[in-house]
Order: sequence, then C-alpha cells, then structure tokens
Amino acid sequence: MSVPRFASLVSRSRGAAAPALRNAARSFSTTNAIRSAGSIPSLHTFTEEEVMLREAVAKFATEVVGPKVREMDENEMMDRFVIDGLFQQGLMGIETPAELNGSGTSFTAAILTVEELAKVDPSVSVMCDVQNTLVNTVFTKYANAAQKEKYLPKLATDTIGCFCLSEAGSGSDAFALQTKAEKQGDYYILSGTKMWITNSYEAGIFLVFANVDPSKGYKGITCFIVEKDMGVEIAKKEKKLGIRASSTCALSFDDIKVPASNVLGQIGQGYKYAIEILNEGRIGIAAQMLGLAQGAFDLAVPYTFDRKQFGQAIGDFQGMQHQYAQIAVEIEAARLLTYNAARMKEQGKSFVKEAAMAKLYASQVAERAASKAVEWMGGVAFTRDLLAEKFYRDCKIGAIYEGTSNIQLQTIAKILKTQYAK
Amino acid sequence: MAHRILVPVKRVIDYAVKIRVAGGKIDTNVKHSMNPFDEIAIEEAVRLKEAKKAAEVVTVTVGSTKSQETLRTALAMGADRALHVEIPESAEVQPLEVAKILKAIVAKESPSIVLLGKQAIDDDAGQTGQMLAGLLDWPQATFASKVELNDSVLTVTREVDGGLETVKTTLPAILTADLRLNQPRYATLPNIMKAKKKPIEKLSPADLGVDVTPRIKVLEVSEPPKRSAGKTVGSVDELIDKLKNEAGVI
Repeated sequence: MSVPRFASLVSRSRGAAAPALRNAARSFSTTNAIRSAGSIPSLHTFTEEEVMLREAVAKFATEVVGPKVREMDENEMMDRFVIDGLFQQGLMGIETPAELNGSGTSFTAAILTVEELAKVDPSVSVMCDVQNTLVNTVFTKYANAAQKEKYLPKLATDTIGCFCLSEAGSGSDAFALQTKAEKQGDYYILSGTKMWITNSYEAGIFLVFANVDPSKGYKGITCFIVEKDMGVEIAKKEKKLGIRASSTCALSFDDIKVPASNVLGQIGQGYKYAIEILNEGRIGIAAQMLGLAQGAFDLAVPYTFDRKQFGQAIGDFQGMQHQYAQIAVEIEAARLLTYNAARMKEQGKSFVKEAAMAKLYASQVAERAASKAVEWMGGVAFTRDLLAEKFYRDCKIGAIYEGTSNIQLQTIAKILKTQYAK
Repeated sequence: MAHRILVPVKRVIDYAVKIRVAGGKIDTNVKHSMNPFDEIAIEEAVRLKEAKKAAEVVTVTVGSTKSQETLRTALAMGADRALHVEIPESAEVQPLEVAKILKAIVAKESPSIVLLGKQAIDDDAGQTGQMLAGLLDWPQATFASKVELNDSVLTVTREVDGGLETVKTTLPAILTADLRLNQPRYATLPNIMKAKKKPIEKLSPADLGVDVTPRIKVLEVSEPPKRSAGKTVGSVDELIDKLKNEAGVI
C-alpha cells in the first residue's frame, strides 16, 4: 500500500501533506475499485432470512414479551413463559449449527434479534445476548467436539448459560481474579466467588474463569464449564436500578468438583478467550442499547403529536422538533456503527476498534434518548404507568457492563496509537 | 388419506399502518405483510398436517415479485411448497380474476381443501372463496371458527350474524377462515431457515389461460370524514331539532 511512503510527507507542513494524501487516496481507490459505483449496498441491507427474523422477533417481542414487561420489572424476575418463548422461537442458539439443534443463522441475525427485543424490554434482550454472543460463541470457538456436542444443544433448546468472569475485586482489571482451581486427580477443585453475573439465577451452565496457577499471574486463568448441580451457589441476587428482570447474582464455589474434561480450550489461555469474546459481546450490547434508544424514541415521539398545549401539538414546537431530530440523528449513527461492526466481524475483518466504538456510542445515545423521552412525555412519563421511566433506568448499565466506557475509550486509543504513532 | 390443502395468501398493507390517501391514491410505500386472515388459514392448514389429517400444505399467491416474501412467511409457518403467479407491480387483480386463477391451480394441484382467509383487509371484498366455490361447483363453509376433519368429512362451525352455525360437508370443499379460528404461530428461526430450501414455483396468468384484466373500475378513493366533537343538548326537543336540521339523519 502507498500510505507508508507518504507518511513522512504527512508529518511535514500541512500544505505538503494535502497532495500526498490525495495521491494516497487515489492509489487506494484503484486497488479497491473492484465494484462500480452504486453496486455496494447501504448498511440497511439484509438477507431474506435476516428480514424475516427481524419481523418475527419484533412480533414476538410486542405480543409475548410486551404485556409482561412491567410485571417482570416490578417483580425483578424473568417470566418463565418468556424464557420458554425465547427457546421455542430458536432465539437462544441463533448461530449454533442445525445439527446441534441451533438455528444456523448469521451473527447479524443475532444482533437484529437483540435489537428488536431491546425495543420492548432490555432485560429480555440481555438474556438473549449473553446466551448467544458470549456463552454460545465461547463453545463454538474454543470447545472441543465432545463439549460442543454435549452443551450447545442444551443451550439452544432449554438451558440458560452465563459468563462468570467478574469478582468483587476484579471488574475492569479482570485478570486480577482470585477464584482458584486446584488439580486433584481427574478433577479440579474450584473455590472462590463471582459477582455481577447476568443470567446466573436461571442458568444451568456456567462458564467460570479460574486460575489454576496463581504464580503465573493471568497466564494461569482457565475457562471451566461448570454445571449447576456441581455445587454452584447463588450467594446473593442483586436488587438493581435497571434491567431488574435480568438476574444479576453473586455466586460462590465452595470447593466444588469439576471434571478435568470440562476445561474449555487450553489451560492458561482463559484470559485470551475472555478478551476475544468480550470484543464480540460488545457488538451485542451495542445492539441492546440501540434497541433501547429506539424503543424509548418510538414511545415518546408519537405522544408529542397527540399531546396539545397552547393550542398545538407539542411535537410541532420548534424547540421540540430540534430535540427529537437530534436524537434521531444520534440513533441512526449508533445503528450504523453497530451494523458495520457486525458485518466486519462476519467478513472476518479485524473489528476490535469498531466494536468498542459501537458499544461506547450506543450506550451514550441510549442514555440521551431515554432521558429526553421522559422529558418529552412530561409528568406522566415520570410515573410507573408508562415504560419511559424504565428505559431511563435500564440505559445506565450500558456504560458499565461488558467493558466500561472508559475501557472502551482506552481500547480505541490504544488502536489509534498503533495507527498514528511512529 | 393423503389430503392436500391449498392455501392462497395475499400481501397487503400491514394492519397497523395508518392509511393515507395522497392525490386520490392510497400511499403504498408503507409496510406490507400477509393478510391476517390468511395467516389464520395457513395456521389451520399446518395444524391439520401436524395432526396427520393432511399430507401436504401448498400455498399460492397472485402478486408482484414483492409477494415472494409473503410466500416465504407461509413456508416458515409450515407450508411445504409455494406457487407464485406473478403479475407486474402496476397491475391489480380482483376477486373474480383471482378465483379463476385458483380454479386453474386447483386443476393442476388437485387439493382436497382450499382454505382461504375470509377477506383481505385492503379491499374487504370477502368474495374470492365463494366465487371459487361457484366456479368449481364445490361445497363451501365460510367464516369458519372451528374446523374438524374426520374420514373425509368436514364439520365446520361458522360465525354468522345470528350466532354460530354448524355445517357438514364432504370433500373437496372450500373453507374460509374467520378471526377466532386460531392464533397463528410465530415463525421460529429454525423454520425461517428451513423455508429457504422449500421450492417456490413461478407461473404467469397466461400459463394458466386466465385473463386478469380488471372488470371493476375504481372511480374515487377518499379518506373518511374527520370526526368532529360531539355536542350536549338540553332537551329531547333540541335533540330532535339537531338530528333533523343539522345532522340531517331524520
């Protein structure tokens, strides 16, 4: 590629840089001009089954999940009927191959599913997201054939899984985890506690990251497949600000026995799997936040055209017009970041920066959109009679889990440095 | 008893869309989906197949290339194969012409039952099933809210103005589905993926020897008058006066 040749020119005066960059762009375009103008479709292009799936999920979300949203939030409990519905619709094994009882569809199909569910209930959306983009993907990428055959069908048909990495003393600094795994014959004895684990109240399969050799630091971290009846205990179910129907628990492993055959992947490579998986999971959370933003917007804006004050619909006041137009722009931008990251992953391109950008931005947009939605709807949106206040509470987690916003910024900055520093 | 059920489906403007009239025409640049009564028909046919009362469910539509998505939805709900009688997007077909096409399809496919939705939500004609029965000289059981098939005898509960009516008919027969017949299933993702592999056969009205030129001309399309606020009246005399002189209804 031509850019390195011009790099030294770029670092000189701006005047000299401009023609150099223009030349660089020209040589880029000749090598990439595989298609003619007008033949590359927009990011709003989907396969037939992605379109059909989106419509089916939207219908399911509105008709099956919709009526239960408020109740599940008040009870802080996911309704069993909704969970069964997710499994029956084939939404818990979206990318799992059909031979393993999955739906054998694309990553973007999973992203669209998470988005559509989040428009109605971000709690249900995150349950589906963790199952598909974290748990299933860990098995698909790193498990051996026997483990895939044993666990993927269960995860696709009736068993919820969860991803157990964080602890009281290790969140962003994940590698500082303390849970230990001591080899004893054909077993590992796991001891320790995990915190903030999504889905853990309902889960039957737990992917637990534990250290087999603390003297090696993070290079001892290993991923274990742990089943509920091996002795996993729910130490505490958290009462939360938002996504209350999604269970978030502290777990404890009190010297439980896990067969050595349940080591997933290589011993000491767990840290690598965790990092790689979270990169993909980020796109899932971006989709959840995107759906949340859109759901809040779709709830509030029609109201502004119904509500009349001072003789006109409040949505027609210029002040309001400017606000919802701005939010619509930001939602569209978050959407394009999310879809683009998903497509890049599908194409096998490096997507770490794009995934971090999508998650960072979508969670920020979700917060702004949900906050504005409450304002636009006014007093009634401040009550629990409407779901606007729920979207506002639910959005905050977006900036925190699966990598805080500061971590996303750091990830992006590190990549930028490799691109810009000499 | 290898019964084949033929289920015609129609792509219509989605029931949730607010219909707008622009320049004397309905704005069709909006979301479309399968006619809800046709979804109910597909669901009933698939249930009969699952109960082993029927061997095959074939779906058919008369429409432009966009109608293919409606066929895929029917396949995803459980239909086995589809027929697409393609017409240009600018063309329209009316109930009698559709009935004639279906008569030709019936000759080709030999179904025991043709199960249609009772009406389409765009034209609300409610005629196609009945006209088809007339053209084929087959018995018909319309507005079905319950269907039982036993030994080639159909027992159908119909919703009529006065209540419910139960009729028995031999096969072959025409059925039209009413709202309370069933609750259509959601297309699950595995079924959406399986639907990709199911065949869609393409035909044209000419292949079937049918002239689809419309015989009914639409003269005008307009929105219903906007609802105005009600008025309270002080006495019965005032009410009569207003009904006579203002509303002009007595």
